[in-house]
Parts: sequence; structure tokens; C-alpha cells
Amino acid sequence: MAQSSRVAGDTLVTDLTRDQLHEMYRYLRLTRQLEQVLTNLYRQNKIIGGLYGSLGQEGSAIGSAYAMNRRDDGTGDILAPAIRNMGSLLLMGARPVDFLRQYMARADSPTGGREQNVHFTDYRRGFIGLISHLGVMIEVMAGVAMTFKLRGEPRVAIAYCGDGMTSTGAFHEGFNLAAVQRAPLIVIVEKNGYAYSTPTSQQTACVSFTDKAPGYGVHGESCDGNDVLAVYEMTKRAVEHARSGRGAALLEVVTYRRKGHAEHDSQSYVPAGEIDGWVKLDPVDRFRSRLLDEGWATRAELDAIDAEVAAQIDEAREQAEASGLPEPEAALGDVYAGSIAARPWTRLEPLDPHLA
Amino acid sequence: MAKTTSRKGKNGAAPDRAAEQEKAGAREKPDHVRQTERGEPVTFLEAIREALWEEMERDPNVFMMGEDIGTYGGAFKMTDGFIGYFGEQRVVDTPIAEAGFTGAAAGAAHMGMRPVVEMQFMDFVSCAYEPLTNYIATSRWRGSGGVPMVVRGPVGGGVRGGPFHSQNPEMAFFHTPGLKIVYPCTARDAKGLMKAAIRDEDPVLFFEHKKMYRAPALREVLPQEDYVVPLGEARVHRQGRDVTIVTYGMMVHECQKAAERLAEEGVDVEILDLRTLLPFDEDAIIASVKKTNRVLIVHEDTRTGGIAGEISMRVSEKAFEWLDAPILRVTAIDTPVPYSPPLEDYFLPGVEDVVTASRYLAKY
Repeated sequence: MAQSSRVAGDTLVTDLTRDQLHEMYRYLRLTRQLEQVLTNLYRQNKIIGGLYGSLGQEGSAIGSAYAMNRRDDGTGDILAPAIRNMGSLLLMGARPVDFLRQYMARADSPTGGREQNVHFTDYRRGFIGLISHLGVMIEVMAGVAMTFKLRGEPRVAIAYCGDGMTSTGAFHEGFNLAAVQRAPLIVIVEKNGYAYSTPTSQQTACVSFTDKAPGYGVHGESCDGNDVLAVYEMTKRAVEHARSGRGAALLEVVTYRRKGHAEHDSQSYVPAGEIDGWVKLDPVDRFRSRLLDEGWATRAELDAIDAEVAAQIDEAREQAEASGLPEPEAALGDVYAGSIAARPWTRLEPLDPHLA
Repeated sequence: MAKTTSRKGKNGAAPDRAAEQEKAGAREKPDHVRQTERGEPVTFLEAIREALWEEMERDPNVFMMGEDIGTYGGAFKMTDGFIGYFGEQRVVDTPIAEAGFTGAAAGAAHMGMRPVVEMQFMDFVSCAYEPLTNYIATSRWRGSGGVPMVVRGPVGGGVRGGPFHSQNPEMAFFHTPGLKIVYPCTARDAKGLMKAAIRDEDPVLFFEHKKMYRAPALREVLPQEDYVVPLGEARVHRQGRDVTIVTYGMMVHECQKAAERLAEEGVDVEILDLRTLLPFDEDAIIASVKKTNRVLIVHEDTRTGGIAGEISMRVSEKAFEWLDAPILRVTAIDTPVPYSPPLEDYFLPGVEDVVTASRYLAKY
């Protein structure tokens, strides 16, 4: 393991206030509950495409994004999610209704029905939607980080990736560029056991993804991804490292994807009993117990948050279901600035309708 | 404000940005980018270099990334002297990572920068196909914002570069909505189109035929004022009444030679230089076809899936009744670009091919 790497333990001295801890809990619960509602909608055939969940790894999404400078005016840090980082986006300011509309392909979704799930962008709140070609976001975020450095802005870029993304050429090209430029890019590898059906052992010969950090000449650190406070502390150290001009970082959070790649995936490739072991390590349950055990929250307070979250999602679901589908010709706009794509006349505008 | 460190980081000193810029700003603008200022003619390459320089001076958001473009000044010396004046933050020598720096350019463009990236040879743009076609081209449409950036570099054959340093890869990108493709053939157009490309709100691939870079015949005195040549507009290179030749790039000059020979035979061809391939100037093509009623499409790119197919289809859709002859094309053969002179000369379309095809059309 890298000399600069260390494993953050469970016994942290937190710098978080009681309200902040409650906020973290709220977003953990919101992520979990929203995904449950999306699963129900999927079963009712109300989700147009696939559904990608993060059950069991919400602690990674929330703990890491909580360490960022979150603003809504375009001056904060910027992150690029991977497919299981809905929680990070919620924390950055994306609303539950945005995801519901995205999944349901509605006209008033953030992309107007052109794109789905977490594939959307909000520069003011600080996130850039991913594309499915894994690794490209590492390149893009390297450029975001290089711009921060070039302009002398004290901002950092965070890109999430799964086990599989680390295997792409794009990951290497993007991360190496950020590393040699000493750009403030933090890549968080969420080691969750599988890339679709392929186990981690078939993505890398390394024991830990942070073993690659010395290869890039960057700061590396790994932690228990189901311990939300450990993730927070580790990310915060990397953010401070990057913000102070010391360059890129490669972080690993060790977690587990308890559901399949997408809702349709039966997980036939998962050894019997493996999932049960991780249920005991559930990040939401663990954080809730910790809050109660340490006296950082009362049961009544947490139950109240749960109820508020449920009501919030109900309202969002009703809003999303009331939204309409886009007009077909909305597909023609925005290919280029200030113009609309041509309607192919042989299909849509026959020169002589009598001959068509 | 965070103090930024030099890319040399832990080994050397870490000058801060202000000091670096002050140092850079104190430098003199070198002579080789003042030729137009002095009223001297410039080559095709020098015209592009002036455009890059002037845009870097005009807009601090314009910056460059590429391999060997800084200290070395680029494989073709396009950016010679840039790093000394603009500093290493704005003239970035990258690792060999075409996909990496092209994707990074998109991220920088999202943040308000105007990146210009160099492919050392445009053949290598295939490495950046993924970010260009999937991420960059679709970004605006996906709601992730426009990506104003330029990918530029040398293209084309006839210089004995072999299969990996001679290609015309425009059609690998022509099929991608959201990209623009520019391919100039005069120094004046090259400078004006480069400025337009850098100022454009959309991603532009800018193709520079390396055989034109230092061709003495293309030297010309350019206007001293700041000018742009709008993207998407073709140019009538030669007026004619008998046959329309739609072409671009190096082939414009080959077609000009053919036109001179055809004129001796009484065949008067019109040469339309597309200048921008995506989106191309359909109106100009249709107008010329309606005038001459005959059309030949010439490109240095290979035949199958070349732009001739699309142009032919547009003519069929919009001006079928005006045609007095079949639509023909003269192109390279469907092989990789060969190295040995007899092979490459056989590969490339030439004056003789254009003369033969034009003569056929005129007589049809």
C-alpha cells in the first residue's frame, strides 16, 4: 500500500455539529427512501428505462459530498457522479422531483426528457452529469480542476467512479493529466464488489485501488465506505490537500452493492450468503445506531426526520406523476447554439403531399 | 486564495500565478507573429499561427493543450514562441493522451474557458473519438451546456507520411450531430475561420492540410484588421458555367489546375470551396448546380462513406430536376494511405482524374 495511504478507523473525532449530523442522516434516509419509491414505480412500469440503485453504499455518496464546499451560485466545488451517486447530487441541491422526472422521462425533467436518471447537470449547484462511457468524466473533471488551478480559484473537483471505471484508458489519461498538472481533482473509487457482474478481482490485480496512487504520484487513502463519518473525514483531508494546491488525490471507499447493476439484474453471479453479511454493515442503520449510542440524536428526532423525508418524497412523486411527456419536436433543439435541427423532409415535410 | 504550485511541483520552485503572468507579460511579441502587422505575406501555417496568437491575446480564456506544443513549439512549429509569452498555464504540454486532454478541454470549456487543443497529427484524433462524439457533441443537447472548443491539427496526404500521418478523418465525425468541421484551403480563410472557430459556441474540428502549411504559392498578404470568416459558408473559388465542382482542402488547388486545362478545351468549370464541412453550405451547392446542371464532387478522403455521398443525396433531394448528367465523384481509393511514392500517387485523386470526369460530364 502507498506510503501516503492510511486506513481511517471507526473511532473519529468529528468536527461536525449536531445539526450537521442530523443533516447527514436526513440525506442518507432521503437517498434510501427515494430509491425505494423509484423501485415501486419501476414495478408499476412508470420508469421508462432502467433503474440504478445504491442500496448499501449510500454512506459513501453522502459522507464524501458532505466534505465539499456546497454552494448554489456557481462558486463552490464541482462533482461528477457515477451511476450510484444520487445521494451526492441530493446533497448538492438536486431535488427528489428532478430524479423522479428524469426516470419518468417527463417534459419538465432537468433534461426535458432527453436524458435519464442521474445524467443531468447544474453548474450553479456544482455537479456535471455523467455519460455512460466510463472514464470520460475523469478527463472532463481533470479539465475542470485545471481551470480552477489556472484561475487561482480555491475550488476542487470530485469525480466518482466504480471498480470498473478504473480499468478504462480514459480513467488513466484523465487522472494522469490531472496528476502531472497538480490539479485539484479528487477521484473517489467506490469499491463495491462488482462492475455489473464482474467482481473487483477481475478489474484489478491490486489489493486496494489506492495502491495505484503512488503510480500516479498522488495522495491516496482508503476507508470503510459504510462508515459515513470515516468517508467524510477522509474526503475532507483530500479536499484540503487539493484546495491547498498540493494536487490530485485517489481515494477508495470499501463498500458493497447489495442490489444488481440495475433493477432487472437478478444477481445470479453473487455467491450465496455474501449479501447477508453486508446487510449487517448497512451504512444507514450503522449511522443511526451511532447517533443514538453517542447521544448525538434521540430516537424521536430521527423518527421525525424519517417522517419528513417520507412526506417530502410523496409530494415529489405526486408532482412528477402530474408532469407531462415532452413534445416530439423538442428533440430538434440545442444540437447547436441558437439553431434547430432540420426536420428530414422526406419523413416530415414532403415537398408534394400528394405524392407522399 | 489558494496559492497554486508549478507543475514541476515538489522538485523545483513553485512560482505563483501572478508572478508567472507578470514574467510572461513582460515578454515582447515575437517577430514571426507580426508579419501581417508589417504588411508582409504569410504562409497558410503562419496565418493560422497569427489567428491563434491574436485570439490568445484578445481573450484570456483562450488556452491551448497538446503534445510538445510548449517548449518545443509543436511538431510543425505552429505554436513556436507561445509558451514564452503566454506562460505554461495557457500553453500546456500534455502527456500523450489525446482522449485525456480533449475530455479535459470539455471540462475547461464548461468552466468558461475557450480551449484549443492540438492533435499532433489529426490521425490521432481517433483516440479522442469517445469524448468528442459521446460527451462533447451531445453536451448542449443533453442540457450540460455548450462546449466551445477547437480541436485542430494537420491532415492530408501527399507528403509521404504513410498510413498514420496522412489521413483525412473528417467523415469519422461528420456523422455526429453537435460537432462542426472546418477545412480551409487559403491563408486568408484559415485565419478568419480559426478566429470564427475559437469564438464559436460549439465544438469545432479544424483541419489543416499539412502540404499547404509552407506552400509558397499560398502565401498572401492578409488584412491588417481583425476579421472572421463565418462558419458554414462556402466560397466560389472559380466562376464557371458548364460543370460545378464541389470540393475542399487541398483538392481545391488540384481542381484549379484541372480547370485551367479544361478551359483550354472550352469546358468552363465552377469550383465551390466548401470551407466548412459540417454544417456544409447546401444552398451554395444547390445554387451552383441549378446554374451548371452538372456536378462533380472531389475529395482527398477515401471513396466509400466520403462526403460525396451526402452531397449527392442533397442534390438528389433538392435539385434532381435540374440535373443534365449523373452526379460523379473523384476521390482517393478505398485503402489506407500508402507510403511509397508510386503507391501514394496512385492512391490520391489528381488533376487528371478531375479533367477526365469533368470532360465526361460536360459531354454527357
